Amino acid sequence: MKHIKQLNNKNIMKNIANKGCGECQTSCQSACKTSCTVGNQKCENN
Amino acid sequence: MIHFFEILNKKYIVDVNSGIVHEVDDLVYDIIKEDAYKNRDNLSKIYKNYDKKIVDESIDELKSLEEKELLYTKEKHIVPKIKPTLKSMCLNIAHDCNFLCEYCFASKGNFGGKKELMSYETGKKAFDYLVQNSKGRKNLEVDFFGGEPLMNFQVVKDLVEYGRKIEKKHNKNFRFTITTNGMLLNEDNIDYINKNFHNVVLSLDGRKSVNDNMRKDRANKGTYDKIVPKFKNLVDKRGDKDYFIRGTFTRENLDFTQDVKNIKNLGFDIISMEPVVTEEKNFFSIKKEHVETVKKEYEKLCQYYIDKKNEGDGFNFFHFEIDLDGGPCIYKKISGCGAGNEYVAVTPSGDIYPCHQFVGEEKFIIGNVETGITEKEIPNSMYKSNITTKDKCRDCWAKYFCGGGCHANAYNFNRSFKIPYEVGCEFEKKRIECAIRIKSEE
Repeated sequence: MKHIKQLNNKNIMKNIANKGCGECQTSCQSACKTSCTVGNQKCENN
Repeated sequence: MIHFFEILNKKYIVDVNSGIVHEVDDLVYDIIKEDAYKNRDNLSKIYKNYDKKIVDESIDELKSLEEKELLYTKEKHIVPKIKPTLKSMCLNIAHDCNFLCEYCFASKGNFGGKKELMSYETGKKAFDYLVQNSKGRKNLEVDFFGGEPLMNFQVVKDLVEYGRKIEKKHNKNFRFTITTNGMLLNEDNIDYINKNFHNVVLSLDGRKSVNDNMRKDRANKGTYDKIVPKFKNLVDKRGDKDYFIRGTFTRENLDFTQDVKNIKNLGFDIISMEPVVTEEKNFFSIKKEHVETVKKEYEKLCQYYIDKKNEGDGFNFFHFEIDLDGGPCIYKKISGCGAGNEYVAVTPSGDIYPCHQFVGEEKFIIGNVETGITEKEIPNSMYKSNITTKDKCRDCWAKYFCGGGCHANAYNFNRSFKIPYEVGCEFEKKRIECAIRIKSEE
């Protein structure tokens, strides 16, 4: 493509059958303690 | 749903329902901005400024992405799959503090109640409760919190030992973290923390003048000169293990990029800097009128982050570290912070609250370590307040990055878990835009 550069490939709605194990870190239990951001959490299953 | 934005001379489109992000040129950006892709009548405006052949070429590119479900992807109904199982605990090991920070949400360490240290027995019961109620979860997180947890460090050590003893028996893996102001750090406890703690959160606000304006000791003196050498010692000895220098910015330092620079220049490279959340009446509160200033400051911080990375001297900033390809799954994204369900806070007297932010507000006591969680209504209400049920979140482009925000902030500002804290939303959206800008440098 000349005009558009796709930055990532992971469609968050696809290949989710084996996801949702719940082992990931609780969002607030890291560095913030005053806000919630799930986007920067790591997946334990990747 | 899509979101388009420009930041630091680059332009982007986020396809909200797929999570796919596109960097686009001026022409494509204008087509989207003028709503000329979905509404071709508006193309006449575009043809005035661009060659028709190139415009048509861009339209074809957009069409191709839409056909592949990479743009204007339709929303899918996702049923929450992660059962609300307890796995994480904030252990308020000391309701006492050797600091008198101006902005402390814990009312200078005692959460508005009496000064109190948690006993080993109470801590053990909290650990037992966590282990017994975390069926199906292997990884358990315990954050030793306060007040100042180093004021009760022998109990911290005894509980770490107890946790190590019971984790094998129950096939669990404890991950311990500690959040400290650093004043009581010494060679012995630094070595212990570095050996036994998965993560450590070190509180420092940045420049000496800024830090000392808010973070004072009991003699009302600034603390920067005392704690920085201790933090440097801890981090130098920590090796590759995780840590965070965690600062708070307030209305008094809306130029907080300077504080991140200060922390970076001290030699720390894993940094979190959070906006203060407090009642508007406080002189340091950040209000709606400050939102635009803070958003501009995040852009400055984003530029600094990029510059340092390009110099080969990069650092980690908590809110800018979004992994677009390897981050959490959709079920995590819709389950939010987990307060009251996956995560609880326990006080020195053994009371259980949905999270540390509610401690001291008695109506939010949901149980204690003797009886377990007996008050189910508050946790249920929190569980049901997520990005699929909150009106403002449902229509927000940032929902799958954010997760719905903080329940405590929502309640404290709007008296409802269902209405997010608006100032926090604005900051979160800006931070995500910055994170995307950073990703496109890679």
